[in-house]
Amino acid sequence: METVQVSEKESAAKPKPVRKVSGSVALLEILIAEKTKTIFGYPGGAIMPIYDALFDYKEKLNHVLVRHEQGSIHAAQGFARTSGEVGVVFATSGPGATNLITGLADAMIDSTPLVCITGQVFAHLLGTDAFQETDVVNITIPVTKWNFQITEAAEIPATLAKAFFLAKSGRPGPVLIDITKNAQLELFDFNGYTPCTHVRSYRPSPTIRKEYISEAAKLINEATKPLVIFGQGVILGEAEKEFRAFIEKGNLPAAATILGLSALPSNHPLFTGMLGMHGNYGPNVLTNECDVLIAVGMRFDDRVTGRLDKYAKQAKIIHLDIDPSEIDKNVKTTVAVWGDCKQTLPMLTQEINSKNNDLWLSQFKSYEEKEFELCISKEFNPSSDLLSMAEVINLLNELTEGNAVIVSDVGQHQMVACRYAQFTQTRSNVTSGGLGTMGFALPAAIGAKYGAPERTVVAVIGDGGFQMTLQELGTIMQNNINIKIIILNNEFLGMVRQWQDLFNDKRYSFTDIQSPDFVALAASYRIAGEKVAKRNELKNALQRMLNFEGSFLLEVKVSKEQNVFPMVPQGCSVSEIRLY
Amino acid sequence: MNPQSTIFIKGNSLPPGSKQEYNITVYTENQIGIINRITIIFSRRKINIQNLNSSPSEVPGIHRLNIVLEETEEVIKKLVRQIEKQVDVLKVYYHTNDEIIWQEMALYKVPTDIIAEKVKVERLLHQFGARVVAIRKDFTVFETTGHREETDQLIKTLEPFGLIEFVRSARVAIFKDSEGLYKKVKEFEKQQPSEEVVENEYLDRQSEVFTM
Repeated sequence: METVQVSEKESAAKPKPVRKVSGSVALLEILIAEKTKTIFGYPGGAIMPIYDALFDYKEKLNHVLVRHEQGSIHAAQGFARTSGEVGVVFATSGPGATNLITGLADAMIDSTPLVCITGQVFAHLLGTDAFQETDVVNITIPVTKWNFQITEAAEIPATLAKAFFLAKSGRPGPVLIDITKNAQLELFDFNGYTPCTHVRSYRPSPTIRKEYISEAAKLINEATKPLVIFGQGVILGEAEKEFRAFIEKGNLPAAATILGLSALPSNHPLFTGMLGMHGNYGPNVLTNECDVLIAVGMRFDDRVTGRLDKYAKQAKIIHLDIDPSEIDKNVKTTVAVWGDCKQTLPMLTQEINSKNNDLWLSQFKSYEEKEFELCISKEFNPSSDLLSMAEVINLLNELTEGNAVIVSDVGQHQMVACRYAQFTQTRSNVTSGGLGTMGFALPAAIGAKYGAPERTVVAVIGDGGFQMTLQELGTIMQNNINIKIIILNNEFLGMVRQWQDLFNDKRYSFTDIQSPDFVALAASYRIAGEKVAKRNELKNALQRMLNFEGSFLLEVKVSKEQNVFPMVPQGCSVSEIRLY
Repeated sequence: MNPQSTIFIKGNSLPPGSKQEYNITVYTENQIGIINRITIIFSRRKINIQNLNSSPSEVPGIHRLNIVLEETEEVIKKLVRQIEKQVDVLKVYYHTNDEIIWQEMALYKVPTDIIAEKVKVERLLHQFGARVVAIRKDFTVFETTGHREETDQLIKTLEPFGLIEFVRSARVAIFKDSEGLYKKVKEFEKQQPSEEVVENEYLDRQSEVFTM
């Protein structure tokens, strides 16, 4: 009753014009109201009414036609990661929608805000095995934060409002809205659009409990060997400044998960590197020596923790997270600080003492030196004539001064890129962390460029992953997108080959992969390119790539059988990390 | 979601890590597909649900699910948080059997002539508190409500007399220490008040209940 009264009052105060529009037009008006700038999509039968309406909205909404729906969703992910806004995807029913699944799963596990609109067959045909009908809503349940099927045009405003609110609030995630064709075509009274700010069954973030903040602060103040490990939560919560203030006040060494990279500048004196299987030596080993471990916006992935029963057993654990289900999921916490870290971090900062942890910090320094001596120096200056992946990234840092957005695919080159890339600003590292989706980088780089048009976007991709989504070169060509593509070609599916080398007696089962002439392939898409294999030509080639007006593909032939180290072998503790 | 309700430790004397029967109670919006969203949380972890009851709660538009399964408390807690994370789920509780009053209903179909012939059967049914719900010339249907062991016992007893068909309902359970959903929900709204409640006329038609 009350709801009705309030809305009547409201409409009496400022009458909204009522007009009859189609579901499709309403949808596009809503996207404009939600400040959507770019849509990544691909048309098809069941979404044609929306595309027909889009024809009249070309000026207001930029639609990027991709070459495959998987490309559209990865592009939307790249867009969301660099811009911090919701990525929007259009796809048709059936195969169009099922082609989104990989991207949805990727966005779900990496908490990327997306709103995906899929067309669906007419409502009266649902369940009849109609042409291009798939039960998309049910297929996507485990890989969406929320999904909904719209069968009447009048449902569009409220549902879309809820979709955008859910995608970006709390712990972000992908939302899929399936719209039947009749709902796209139907005319209905559109009384304007009101964004959603509340859903009664949904709490974006839990209530902050001050007593836990004080308990956490007490532990930090008593600690002599505190270690902060941070994840993408810092970036998603836009809490980079708050995070910096926190670690700087307490002089707390901080290490990033792969998705936490770039939340803190790489050259920050308290930044001790990356965690995990191919992370840095110091933070991995010292995780098992610290007395208080402070986890901020991260979820203790198995690639970060290694063997769980030997992970930080000596430490008291403080876990700051917005998602209650992450607390105690993998690692038992001593103090759980529920809430948005944008709010909890300043509260914690206020209660912690300014401290000098020089002795403890010097331990990280000495591990860093040891890692450089035994591992990194050889990577940067190989004794062989063959190029290493690391020296490419090292030179790239030098030329971009750490100002580029680095989009990496999945595999050895990803680990090398994430280990060695220097970042000076946040939202500069775009990679598929949780799902490990090969083929992610090329389309994600396209989206990343739309999300940060003024920045240089460099996609670092392996020869295997590139061949999974290389059709998106067509998207780059058609839209004149300016991205720099580096293919680190080792003629192998390198990461799997590395495991076969280390754990399967070098039985290289189906990991040698042949590639087309990548430069000629790019040329066929009218994209400039170059191939380089010699050390003395590398720097100039990278410089030419960066200076080039427009997209450029640089294929770098690298050493075929090089392994990525350090490495925490699967089933081992983080302190058993191998340097070679 | 308010996570605090799920962190207290249950006071039973079982050694940690041992399995026992738990009752998970879920309050959800009446949304199409919500049971699917909840049950895949179990199947993804290869956990079997013993029984599941879904019915409208005392509040219009809100459904109450009771899920029974045997697991360790640690696993139950994680499941509860995953369920509570679902957008359309309002609240989740978990209880051991000691903390609830519960009943399961069972229907038994027996040949009418045997009952007419054998007084023993009728006496048995009385003894088990069975109630006749239908009598036909060829068969009679009895009903009992009670705990699993009781219904199991009656099946065993009736089998020699020609039990034709048997069916058991899922469990319905009521908390011993609750003061009803209204109060809990009000508390829930008080702790985390909403900024605005006027929205989603299609999705939240019954929102007045929660926004008083």
